This record gives sequence, structure tokens and C-alpha cells, in this order.
Amino acid sequence: MQGKRSTFLLAMLSFGMAFLYIPMVLLVIYSFNKSKIVPIWGGFSTRWYKVLFESEDVWAAVSLSLKIAVVNATFATLLGALAGLALVRFGRFRGRTLFSGMITAPLVMPEVITGLSLLLFFIGLKGLIGWPERGFTTITIAHITFSMAYVAVIIQSRLAGMAQDLEEAAQDLGAKPFRVLTDITLPLLAPGMLAGWLLSFTLSLDDLVIASFTTGPGSTTLPILIYSRIRLGLRPDINALATIIILVVTIGVLIFGWLMLRQAKQRERDMHMAAKS
Amino acid sequence: MGGCGVSELGALKRSGVEQVTEMAENQSGSLMARLAEKLQSSWKTVVVAVPFLWLLIFFLAPFFMVLKISLAESVFAQPPYTPLVEWVSEGILAIRIVFDNFVFLWEDNLYLNTYLNSIKISSISTVLCLLVGYPIAYGIVRSSPTVRNIFLLMVILPFWTSFLLRVYAWMGLLADQGTINSLLIWLGIIDEPIRMLYTEFSVYVGIVYTYLPFMILPLYANMEKLDISLLEAAADLGAKPAVTFLTVTLPMTIPGIIAGSLLVFIPATGEYVIPDLLGGGNVQMIGRVLYNEFTANTDWPVASAVAIVLLLVLVLPMMLYQHIQSKESDS
Repeated sequence: MQGKRSTFLLAMLSFGMAFLYIPMVLLVIYSFNKSKIVPIWGGFSTRWYKVLFESEDVWAAVSLSLKIAVVNATFATLLGALAGLALVRFGRFRGRTLFSGMITAPLVMPEVITGLSLLLFFIGLKGLIGWPERGFTTITIAHITFSMAYVAVIIQSRLAGMAQDLEEAAQDLGAKPFRVLTDITLPLLAPGMLAGWLLSFTLSLDDLVIASFTTGPGSTTLPILIYSRIRLGLRPDINALATIIILVVTIGVLIFGWLMLRQAKQRERDMHMAAKS
Repeated sequence: MGGCGVSELGALKRSGVEQVTEMAENQSGSLMARLAEKLQSSWKTVVVAVPFLWLLIFFLAPFFMVLKISLAESVFAQPPYTPLVEWVSEGILAIRIVFDNFVFLWEDNLYLNTYLNSIKISSISTVLCLLVGYPIAYGIVRSSPTVRNIFLLMVILPFWTSFLLRVYAWMGLLADQGTINSLLIWLGIIDEPIRMLYTEFSVYVGIVYTYLPFMILPLYANMEKLDISLLEAAADLGAKPAVTFLTVTLPMTIPGIIAGSLLVFIPATGEYVIPDLLGGGNVQMIGRVLYNEFTANTDWPVASAVAIVLLLVLVLPMMLYQHIQSKESDS
């Protein structure tokens, strides 16, 4: 019986991974298609990569998207870390329920609603005080607002799983609460903040709907550019772009996974050493 | 951003008064030291105030803006809606609230059907995700630690690559001239391509494909904490695998099932990209109607009303998810 069951699970796992990966593998294969019609194979060629690299629109969109992603990730990590810290370590404070509600709401809010509400708000604000100009600023603000929610959740779960003894020990030894924060809590939070930064960076690079609502004339992010092209059908240069993105992400995830694994092994070794002595 | 800065200064100023008197006594010198001293006494206020204000300004205020516009009338002007509060004449303030937009949504069958259709599509997709995701999550949990990490990484990896491009990949697979049709014709199973792209079927495929990790990961997190010895106990006591599954495994994984289902159902209901790219004009979902109402028809009040109603539809599942999240972080 046991054997039959694990065969079933193995089959499901293989099916699941095939389902997840075959479409992506095909994207990559067709990027090397000589033919202009994507699903019909016309021989091997790298011409679409050349088309891609020579396209100034693509470069402009990549650079805008990267700029937004970096600024977004940095602010979202700071704001999200503060929010997570407040929610886990401060106990009750006035407005806590509203605060925690507002923090988690963007996680599940449909993107069309977030996008529409921010756009209407920006237009209203512009009429009132003459700021902000729609484009880089508005997209970045919109991205920070939903990214910080993800960071707050990561920080919250790290803080909740972190024993408070180190912080308490520092306090007992006479460190002021602020000193405890800067010398103990923040260094322990660093891996969580790095994960939050990377997640915010990716979320921002990936967002189409909210950026489409909050963008202004001339500010075309990479997803907006891709979307405007694939709406009209399949395009081999988009396959080339997809291949590059998949390659970069895979390398990134592998490095991150390797670092995590090394850290886990190091911790295990430390524990072992501690147990021996 | 301006608002945050002001409040920070306010907090600093308040505590500053106490600080200055202290400072005068111990003469702790330089400006930097004094600033650090001030920051130390009020840092808790700052930590809460900065993200709090950000969310009040950029999350709550925009929401009320949508509510306000949904209660206005569409006019041909800039901005294209009537103001909520207006000076009628000297000193008389008129508040104008119209529910016409909501009445319009209710009476027009197009909107009602679109809401129902969105809920139908996202519900069925959620069930499909669960049917596919559950055995995968269970398979990952039951494999050896090394294999487990590799599979987890493989489930997470697509999540980090572009959502848009993963939907695009299916355009290539499902098209009339696409990979699946070509393969089936080549194998001699069919003579003519089956129409798959721009149908409801392709929307289901797209949603299940892109949202599957959102189902697997909460399920995995839940199953990881499962006590395997309970399963072994059930088996030792003579329970058949099917019985063990129904009476032990399934009940214990219900929190994971609920969390994963909500994470798929809520965003899928308001989905815009998938019905647009894979459904073409043939599949009406409310996210797409909202977007078109706003951009093509420039009817802001109706678009806002559509958003408010969508929020009302989703408010229960959203609150349920928040409840689970907060319970999770407390334990």
C-alpha cells in the first residue's frame, strides 16, 4: 500500500513540475526560432535577441522599471520593517487594529481597485496642491504602498519566531530600548529585511495593472511595454526578452537558495560545536 | 511623504522640551549628541507614526476618494464628475450624493452577469488549484529534506519570474497554430485545430497555472507542521489509507486549505490580465470591465461604483483571510 501511495505522489509531483516548467521551456525554445511566426519552427537563429538589443524602447523601459524597483524596494523595506516592529514588539497602541488592517489589506486587495483608487487620489491631489506629476513618482508611491505590506508580513513572522531573550538580556544589562533596537533587534532582522527588499524589488518589476493606472504620458515600464506588444499576438522578440528574464531570475534564486543553505549548514555546525563543548 | 516629515518633527519637538531641561543639567554638548538623545526618547512614536501616516495617506484616503466619486454623477468636464460638496450661493453648502451608479449596476444585466461570471470562474479555478496543488504539497512534505528543498525552490521560482510572461507562454501553447494543436495534428489525433485560446477554458488554465504556487505554499506550510506519527498511528491501528486521509490528514490540513483557497479566490475574482490576454473579448470578468469603463469610456463614477461593489463582494473572504493571518502571527 505504501508503495502505491508514493507512486501516486511521485506521479503528481512530476506532473506538477512539468505543468509549471514546460510552458517556460517552450518560451525559451521559441526565442531561438528563425521564423517570425512564433509557434512554427523555422530553424535556429539569434536574430530576435539582436532585434531586442537594438530596440531603444526596451532599454528605456528596462531602465525606468529598474529605477522604480530599487527606490520602491528601499522605501518599502524601511516602512515595512518599522510597521512589523510596531505590530510585534509594541503591544497595544492607539489605532493598532486600524493599522494592522491597513497593513494586510493590500496583500489581498484586487489590483484593479488599488490602481483605480490611487489614480483618482493622485489626480485629486494634483488639482489641490499641484503635486505629484504622474509617472515615476506616482508609480513608485503606489508600489511602496503594496510592497511594504509584504515586507511587514516577513518581518512580523521573523520577529514572532525570534526569542526575545537576547533583547531582554541587553535590557537587563542596562541598555536603553533604543540601543537594544539598533544593536540587537536590527542585526537579527537583517536577513528578513534582505528577503523583503528582494521581494519588493521583484513585485515592482512584475506589476502591470497598478502601474498602468498610475503611469503618466511617456512613462512606460517594462510590463506596460510587454503588454502593449503581446495584446496584438505572439512576438518572437518578447520570447527573447522572456528568456533573458528567466535566466536572470534563475541565477538569482539559485544564489539566494545556496546562501540560505550555507547559512543553515553553518548554524547546524555551530549548534553541534556548542553541544560538544 | 510631506505629512510623515511634519509628524516626525512634531514628535521630536514634544519630547524635545523634556530633553532640553535634562540637557541643561548634564551639558552633554554637541548637536549630534542632542539629536540622538531626542531621537532615543521618541523613537517608538516615530516607528509607529511613519508607516501609519503613509498608509492613511496612500491607502485609506484613496479608498475614500473612490467612495466619494462613486456617489457622484458623470459630467463632461475636468474632472469628469460632480463635486460632493458645493457652494451653491453665499454661505449655502450643498452636499450631493447620488446612488444612480449603483442602481445602474443593479439594473444593467451586463454588470450583474459579469460579477456572477467572475465569481464562478474564480471559484472553479480555486477548486482546480486545490485538486492539483494538494497532492503536490503533500508529495513535497513527504519527500526527504534535500529533495524537499529542491521542490520548494522549483515551486517558488516561477513566482519570481514575470507573471505577464507566464500568461504569454500559454498564448503560444493554446493558439490555433499553437504548440498543443500542432502536436495533436502531428500525432494524427485531430485534423483541425481545436479552438482553445480566447475561450473560458484558456482562462481557467491561465488562472490555475499562475496561482498554483499561492495554493501550494500555504498548504505546504500547514502540512510541514503536521505530526506524521498520527498518520502512522492510524495505519498501525489498521485504518486504510483512504480512511486515514479522510479522518486524519484532511481535517488537520483545513487551515492550509482555507488560506490557500482565499489566496487564489480573492485576486482571481478581480483578475484583469488573464481574461484580457487569454479570454479575448469572449470572457467577461469584472476587473476587465472596470478597467475598460475607466479608460475607454472615461466614466469615473461608474468605474468607482464597480470597484466599491467588487470590494463588497470580496470583503468577507478578505476579512476571513486577515483573521487567519492574525491568528497565525499570534500563535
